[in-house]
Amino acid sequence: MLGEGILQGLMETARNFFGSYIEKDRLTTVQYPEERFELPEASRNFPFLLYDGTDPDAGLRCVSCQICEKECPPRCIHIEKSKDKKPDFVGKQQFYPAVFDIDVSVCMSCQICVEVCPFDAIRMDKVFELSTGDRFGGLLWDKHELSKSNEYYRQIHPVEAAETDERRTKEKADAQAKAIAAAAAAAAKAAAAAAAPPSDASSNGAAHPNPSKPVTQ
Amino acid sequence: MTVAGLDQIFVTLKDILVAHTPAPLQTIVGILITIVPIIVIFPALFAVTTILERKGLGRIQNRYGPNRVGPWGILQPMADAVKSLTKEDLVPRAADQVVHYLAPLVLVGASFLGFAVLPIGRNMTAVNLDAGVLFFFAIGAGTELAVFMAGWSSRNKYSLLGAMRAIAQMISYEIPLILSSIAVVMIAGTLSPTLIVERQAAFSHGLAHWNLFTPWGLAGFILFMIAGTAETNRSPFDLPEGESEIIAGYFIEYSGFKFALFFLAEYLEMFAVSGLGITLFLGGWSSPVSFLAWIPSWAWFFTKLLALIVGFIWIRGTMPRLRMDQLMNFAWKFMLPMTLVVIVSAGIWRFLPVSFGGSAALGGMVRWLVCALVIVVPYVIFARMLGRGNHIEKRVYRFAE
Amino acid sequence: MTLPFLILALLTLAGGVAAMTLRRLVHCALALAISFAGLAGLYLNLGAEFAGLAQLLVYVGAIAILIVFVILLTRGGDADPDSSFSPASAGSVVIALAVFAVLAWAVNTSSLAHVATLQPAPPSDKTGTLQIGQALMQHYVLPLEVIGLMLTAAMIGAVILALRDKRIAAEPKDSELRAS
Repeated sequence: MLGEGILQGLMETARNFFGSYIEKDRLTTVQYPEERFELPEASRNFPFLLYDGTDPDAGLRCVSCQICEKECPPRCIHIEKSKDKKPDFVGKQQFYPAVFDIDVSVCMSCQICVEVCPFDAIRMDKVFELSTGDRFGGLLWDKHELSKSNEYYRQIHPVEAAETDERRTKEKADAQAKAIAAAAAAAAKAAAAAAAPPSDASSNGAAHPNPSKPVTQ
Repeated sequence: MTVAGLDQIFVTLKDILVAHTPAPLQTIVGILITIVPIIVIFPALFAVTTILERKGLGRIQNRYGPNRVGPWGILQPMADAVKSLTKEDLVPRAADQVVHYLAPLVLVGASFLGFAVLPIGRNMTAVNLDAGVLFFFAIGAGTELAVFMAGWSSRNKYSLLGAMRAIAQMISYEIPLILSSIAVVMIAGTLSPTLIVERQAAFSHGLAHWNLFTPWGLAGFILFMIAGTAETNRSPFDLPEGESEIIAGYFIEYSGFKFALFFLAEYLEMFAVSGLGITLFLGGWSSPVSFLAWIPSWAWFFTKLLALIVGFIWIRGTMPRLRMDQLMNFAWKFMLPMTLVVIVSAGIWRFLPVSFGGSAALGGMVRWLVCALVIVVPYVIFARMLGRGNHIEKRVYRFAE
Repeated sequence: MTLPFLILALLTLAGGVAAMTLRRLVHCALALAISFAGLAGLYLNLGAEFAGLAQLLVYVGAIAILIVFVILLTRGGDADPDSSFSPASAGSVVIALAVFAVLAWAVNTSSLAHVATLQPAPPSDKTGTLQIGQALMQHYVLPLEVIGLMLTAAMIGAVILALRDKRIAAEPKDSELRAS
């Protein structure tokens, strides 16, 4: 009937009007900048470097393997390897990046650097309020600007951080267990060598190395 | 302060002020005291309406309206006024300077004149003309001329097209507007708005004799408001000034304060048409039920005016814009026959005997039913005829279901 | 010769003169609308409310708009004439003066010119509208119905004219479509 649709429409708009005062999803405005919209867990903007602990230089996970530099499609990462080495989280001596620059004005947030990094050293950040007045220098970030702690990573990506931390503690535990086993084996070998050569030397006279024993350092 | 004193407070104020001025100036002072409040109050109501409209439309559309300028955005009209006053007033070089300048002035002048005959309260009509209703419609003619002046003087194709459409729309809807008010004039027997309201202010069984409570009054009121919406180029009839279709229609080439004057004129016309609708159908300044008659008459008038404004905003937020041919079809093929039917129904109401088998209440109900039937049956017929050409089937979505 | 009458008369005359002498046709139409409004004001000044307001409604609201539409649709407004006064205007001035003289003589020798008092009729409770309505419905009802018939015939004629144009315009397109 003529007019029926209009009345239905009027009822719908009235319901919208009064519902906007009562229900949440009839008023979906987020008044930026007083209110912020909750970003999803997997949202990403630009990458950052992770460091464990409190010291950005000592705990930096990046070992300057330069895989991300080579894989980056717009080639916005610039890395220079250091001359010396420092220990990483399992205790092994690794290189570290003397220079690590990302040109954020070029970066396209493809996350390829994150996917290829074998050391969990680079992850994607969520911060998007990055406007600066300096178009060139302000958007070229160096190692200090890029380094953020693992605590921060745990805050922004809790699920990913939990998974990474679990893997790394397991690796560290395995490495420690292996180190203990290797040390125990070395000690056993040293004890055996200390016990065996005197009997060997008394029988042969010359202290020649046992060819069946592997050379340890 | 008695109830009647509060009701007549403005009239007594005026009398006191006029009595205290020297004799030769008394008429001028009296005229000024009558006119200046109209020129002050209705633009203030315009400012309130703009913010009401923006916030109301916002809530209908699931968003806040403007809420930055004052608390809840109530100072937004101030910001709008400052903006419109400080914008550069561009006039195209090829435009007709004199006519371009005069068009908004004529429009605003014609819009203000419409308030002169509305009874805003008991004894509170600005100019008590005996042919007040006719005066109101005659002033609407000035509005059309101003729209044409605005559209033509801009020397712009879109502007001219918008102006032609606007005038065609205004002329087409003027006829249902006038005809639906003729039913009221017929029953009241007078063209004077003051007398029409006084006839409706009588009470029986606690309910007032509003024309709205009769079948022809209800249908007439709806038709009057639809025609009034179209007269003032208000959504959903705002194709001539459609922002997305022909940019802004006949006021494309206007900027700054002249643009604000066009907006002012549109809203003032809206108030004037609502005011006339209230006068003719809603009983003007009278209260609907007798136990609320202690509220001052001018308060009732403005309450009803606000209610109609809310209705306008509501309709604007609900309905999409009508296309030009749909507009014209609706006016000529539906509204015009319906208004004629309403006049016939009003005539039957006037001459049908009120008592049926000796009982007045039964007679009243029979009269109501007969007149309602006289309106409803043609309504159904005309609605069927109007919708005969458009067979719009329900949309079937391939992937969404 | 009261002040309102002087102002309104000047307005009407100025509108009429402007309608003759302005260069652009649309300006002339608008000046004519002003002249109509002045005339309506004169009617209202005499107390004839219905006549004045009907003059506004019909002349300004319909006829002026009609004139303006005609100018627009026939593109008459674009060409502005070089001069409004052609060499043949001397003869037309003489004719206009002659007509004015005849009209003035007719008004002066009619019965209305010898009314002693110049005041309009006092406004009474039964206004002019009511009297006009009663006269139309009782005494002059036959002319009213005949005028109604005439207007209906004019409207139907206009509709038929518009229909015929549309059909003539539509036919060649159909034949073109069939040919292609």
